[in-house]
Amino acid sequence: MPNFSTNEFKPGLKVMLDGEPCSILENEFVKPGKGQAFNRVKLRNLKTGRVWERTFKSGDSLEGADVMDVDLEYSYTDGEFWYFMDPSTYEQYSADRDAVGDTGKWLKEQERYEITLYNGSPLAVTPPNFIELEITETDPGLKGDTAQGGSKPATLSTGAVVRVPLFITEGESIRVDTRTGEYVSRASKS
Amino acid sequence: MSDWQPSASLDALAARASLLQQLRAFFAARAVLEVETPQISFATVTDPAIDALCIAGASPQEPQRFLQTSPEYAMKRLIAAGAGDIYQVARAFRQGESGRRHNPEFSLLEWYRLGWNHAALMREVADLVGEVLDRTGWQVWPYAALFQRVLGVDPLNDEVDEAQLAALAASHVGNVPDGLDGDGLLDLLMSHCIEPTLRDAGIVFVTDFPPSQSALSRLISVQGRAVAARFECYVDGIEVANGYWEQSDADALRARFAADNAVRRQRGLVERVPDERLLAAQDSGLPDCAGVALGVDRLLALQLGADSLSEVISFDWSRA
Repeated sequence: MPNFSTNEFKPGLKVMLDGEPCSILENEFVKPGKGQAFNRVKLRNLKTGRVWERTFKSGDSLEGADVMDVDLEYSYTDGEFWYFMDPSTYEQYSADRDAVGDTGKWLKEQERYEITLYNGSPLAVTPPNFIELEITETDPGLKGDTAQGGSKPATLSTGAVVRVPLFITEGESIRVDTRTGEYVSRASKS
Repeated sequence: MSDWQPSASLDALAARASLLQQLRAFFAARAVLEVETPQISFATVTDPAIDALCIAGASPQEPQRFLQTSPEYAMKRLIAAGAGDIYQVARAFRQGESGRRHNPEFSLLEWYRLGWNHAALMREVADLVGEVLDRTGWQVWPYAALFQRVLGVDPLNDEVDEAQLAALAASHVGNVPDGLDGDGLLDLLMSHCIEPTLRDAGIVFVTDFPPSQSALSRLISVQGRAVAARFECYVDGIEVANGYWEQSDADALRARFAADNAVRRQRGLVERVPDERLLAAQDSGLPDCAGVALGVDRLLALQLGADSLSEVISFDWSRA
């Protein structure tokens, strides 16, 4: 992989730091008057999700990380790995529990996910911002409920639990915002 | 494609025009002469922390030239030629200096006062900055006193060595980049620990720099210790100007250039041929003077409360 100098650091650039693949979030150039210039850099460790803050001398460089994002279709899990497929080449990728992380509760067959590949293997799985899922379990709505009424928990086909309005019933499909885990609306009719 | 549009608002550009008028009126009232000097020159600065932009010659026989990193050398040649008090609003260029408070092409207001020392010039800078930003009151902090106050260490004390500075940087900054020398460590502490404490302090002059950071200023003795007769002006923690009681001794300047090039060699940077025309001018005699360079874009950003220089530059580096 090529090396990138601090003046090439831009948000989204993937670099290796302490042996870990990272994505650059921010890069601030600082220079005290006439002296040595520095770059204060915020990076997200793509393995742990943790944000690191580092100071570099301007002109220092880091090795690029072999990281790329691809859109893959979720196929199935055997409990140990989660399998994704490239719909154009049918190539299959297996993601482990660390890579799937919290996205596990949003995995629906045939849905597309953004997979971050590091050296060709899934490092992270990002769900689409909105996903439509069926409700497998929720209490029946109470009489006299209106759209303004309260909410109740509902379990979705993927195992995720979200709060839904009281008028939503079991077997319905709903649209959920995966970033907040919140109910958005009833699913669009297909 | 939308990046044909300016990065600054048209209001900001109108404010820039007003500021330039105000600066010219300030110097006209004080009988300081406006001058223009070449932006492109045969020689450039040796300062290892400054990277000049080069222009290749039209043919292999023609030497490369450099975009000026400041108009300082040409202005000193004018002073040596008898020009007296002069000022200039000039474009300056520094490779790689890009960020919220930096643009590789920027506007410098540079001026020189004959027979003045840096303390007198500080007062004039305070007058100008105070007038433009509509502020009164300013402070002067010796470099050592500021470090003592913020970090509890006097970096000019001979007993404070590089290992102590490294330990100080590790405890206050956390991760310390490899390969920093004593001045590099001081710069790290300055930018990461000291400057943030100046944010609420209004107009602050930091002066009496360590001799190793004298740049083109002369060395003077303050309370028995050698310090550089240099100042930096900060407004709300943002550095806006750097001034010197100028080094008029040509041999001291030659030694400074040679030392800069030694640092360049050690860091694997390309060496810069000293500006012989400047040295010849200084050999002929540079009158005793003080000079300062002030960042016009930063001053305008402060006046408008802009967070980034791109908001006050018509087309910033990414759109130029």
